[in-house]
Amino acid sequence: MAAGFRKPSVLPGFGLTLGFTTFFLSALVLLPLAALVFKTSSLSWQAFFEIMLDERAVASYRLTFGAALLAAVVNAVFGFIVAWSLVRYDFPGRRLLDAVIDLPFALPTAVSGIALATVFSPSGWLGQKLALANVQVAYTWIGVVVALILIGLPFVVRSVQPALVEVQRDLEDAAETLGASPWQVFRRIVLPAVMPALLTGFTLAFARGIGEYGSVVFISGNLPYQTEITPLLIVIKLEQYDYEGAAALGFIMLVMSFVMLFAINLVQAWGRRRQAAAGR
Amino acid sequence: MAGAAPRTEARRLTRSARAVRAALIGVSLAFLGLLLAAPLGAVLAQALAKGWQVYTQSFADPDTRAAIRLTLLTAAIVVPVNTVFGICASWAIAKFEFKGKSLLITLIDLPFAVSPVIAGLVFVLLFGAQGWFGPWLQERDVQIIFAVPGIVLATLFITFPYVARELIPLMQQQGSDEEEAAITLGASAWVTFLRVTLPKIRWGLLYGIILCNARAMGEFGAVSVVSGHIRGLTTTMPLQVEILYNEYNFVAAFAVASLLALLAILTLVLKTVVEWRAGRGGE
Repeated sequence: MAAGFRKPSVLPGFGLTLGFTTFFLSALVLLPLAALVFKTSSLSWQAFFEIMLDERAVASYRLTFGAALLAAVVNAVFGFIVAWSLVRYDFPGRRLLDAVIDLPFALPTAVSGIALATVFSPSGWLGQKLALANVQVAYTWIGVVVALILIGLPFVVRSVQPALVEVQRDLEDAAETLGASPWQVFRRIVLPAVMPALLTGFTLAFARGIGEYGSVVFISGNLPYQTEITPLLIVIKLEQYDYEGAAALGFIMLVMSFVMLFAINLVQAWGRRRQAAAGR
Repeated sequence: MAGAAPRTEARRLTRSARAVRAALIGVSLAFLGLLLAAPLGAVLAQALAKGWQVYTQSFADPDTRAAIRLTLLTAAIVVPVNTVFGICASWAIAKFEFKGKSLLITLIDLPFAVSPVIAGLVFVLLFGAQGWFGPWLQERDVQIIFAVPGIVLATLFITFPYVARELIPLMQQQGSDEEEAAITLGASAWVTFLRVTLPKIRWGLLYGIILCNARAMGEFGAVSVVSGHIRGLTTTMPLQVEILYNEYNFVAAFAVASLLALLAILTLVLKTVVEWRAGRGGE
């Protein structure tokens, strides 16, 4: 390897480990994703736009992005309250609650999907009560949002928790001594300090929600034009052996994932800059 | 008299602070109860709806047993491979400075950002009948899609970043002074890794392996796309849950789901224990 490529070190194994890492990464992740890009590029522009702007596809984007956005907003609010309770208060069962936050990470999506569908179905435990209020959750777009709230919750809580721990309590005390109301202390001191973390959690939850499949398909009812998410539309196209259509929609989702990844990096860089500025 | 007013003010504030505290904890408990406890309870209630015997009988079904075996087999292949990869990647990234490192880290995280359905789709496009390698594979009578190799590949893709992601920040933070000392004193590379690095990273490594295993056993979307849902042959446990659920065989579906829920709870317990041990080790 060229001398300029890496700084010298006495430690062994650079060539071996980096070689294996790049090989494995290329074979398992980059090559397959390249196949998706190439399959899409074999389509003419006209065919690509036809698939992209198809009415059923557009309806699925609206549901996928709308539901993911709404779920991320709900999680930003309630996830913040949960994180606040876990960091600032001590109450019986706090440690158990803290451990349980990661359940959506650990629980297979198919399990949370059938469980939510059962709880919220019109004959289900919660669905029955909601039906009295004329609200139907299962097999409507609300069900999609509920499933995505479950999936996104740990992203917000786990992003906000460490930031809340870091907030300087002496600043809050000083503000309070100087006559600020609790709401002012929260608005002016706590919220600005945790904002980057909250935004990161929000974006992570949103990104995850866009791609989610397993937990949604059981509760959504999967009606074309109404409760059909984009990942499901890809599966349907594959089942009809419409590989071009599936690849084109997959490509659109992949581009969206990259945009989200970029947004997350921007938010984190912004947070680091703010932190550095505050440190000065 | 002059001191009385602030004191009542302070007491009023504490009381309202106490009310806020109670309200926020209440909202947290209600939100988590609705979102986490209710579905988990539903899984258990549905699985045991017709009694313990019907529940246990669900596992006598040969297709369900085959699904459990396939899930275990997949995890037994995927977890060790991604563990070796994770250790290699974190060694290269944490111990050396080289150009393009941040790009490499971003690429390793890529499977987290991609929808599971796309993870399955890309392997269909590569190895499916109409895929890049499809005709070549067909000539040689090798089947990857709608067969076990496809399931293993899709699961490898999905769980690819877990171990690396736990280890990279941990090893970066620990630095490499001790490894450099060991090498300088004449220890071989392998001995240095086993005797110096491994003890330092063991809890983080274990943590990554636990998460990797949970996702490998529970993956649904990616596996669903490549599996073809052939009963008894290419259905993993989550796919078996789907098949049984769609057949309205709720007790059996939730019985299999209860095993997966148990795995999730076990994962959380192990994770908590590991975090606790790692925290004590760091003190």
